[in-house]
Amino acid sequence: MFMRPTAALAALFFVSTAPLALAAEKPTDPQIAHIAYTAGAIDVEAAKLAIKKSKDKEVVDFAKDMERDHEAVNKQALDLVKKLKVTPEDNDTSKALAKAAKEERAKLAKLKGAAFDKAYIDNEVAYHKQVDSALETLLIPSASNAELKSLLETGLKIFQGHEQHAEHVAGMLK
Amino acid sequence: MRPLLLAPALALALGSSPAFAATIEVTIDKLVFSPTNIQAKVGDTIEWTNKDILAHTATVKGGWDVMIPATSKGKVTLKAAGAVEYFCRFHPNMKGHVEVAP
Repeated sequence: MFMRPTAALAALFFVSTAPLALAAEKPTDPQIAHIAYTAGAIDVEAAKLAIKKSKDKEVVDFAKDMERDHEAVNKQALDLVKKLKVTPEDNDTSKALAKAAKEERAKLAKLKGAAFDKAYIDNEVAYHKQVDSALETLLIPSASNAELKSLLETGLKIFQGHEQHAEHVAGMLK
Repeated sequence: MRPLLLAPALALALGSSPAFAATIEVTIDKLVFSPTNIQAKVGDTIEWTNKDILAHTATVKGGWDVMIPATSKGKVTLKAAGAVEYFCRFHPNMKGHVEVAP
């Protein structure tokens, strides 16, 4: 119960600051590739934590779906950048995402049982919403390579699907 | 002469009617079922070919639940008449519609 306002505040902070960092400058393809890969890797890390910690079958199944999908998409992303001879380039947005995710993981690591399940799933909903919006408003419009753009568009559909899936699981936890 | 010749042909056609049960092909590409809307008959089979690198399902709430692994196939034989909406459990934004005639 103590965690809830803090988590909510952190989520708000996360959601409100990241788009600012994103909006600062139009990212290049190597930066977009790095941001997209980082966003996927973050969700895989969160999933691994949930698989380890949760005792709820719905939550564990959801986490396994996230791990499987995002690993598959990131593998495809790596294959594409190799093919396009693009070297993903670290940038402020990737750094902000990684920093916020590290804080979120530290917070989740301290929780147990139902409190963990709820915090993990709520964050999954918020996180996927945030990435959807970044993909829609910035990453997809900024991508110049057609194949990268197409991968991001598929990525958006996947993230939107995951968001709905997370909302469904959140509804079941109540 | 004619009616005599036709009779066995007709009997054969009627007798073999289960062979007309069709397989309806649906492709999944980039999280889209296509065609999205299909019409079928009881006894028909729907076969999904998944071109995505992601696993999907074709699931009817309270009905069938077909696993369709990445770059693979899945199928279901329709047993009941009626219109059903189906979706992917992993990506609920993926939706399809089947009208099953008796």
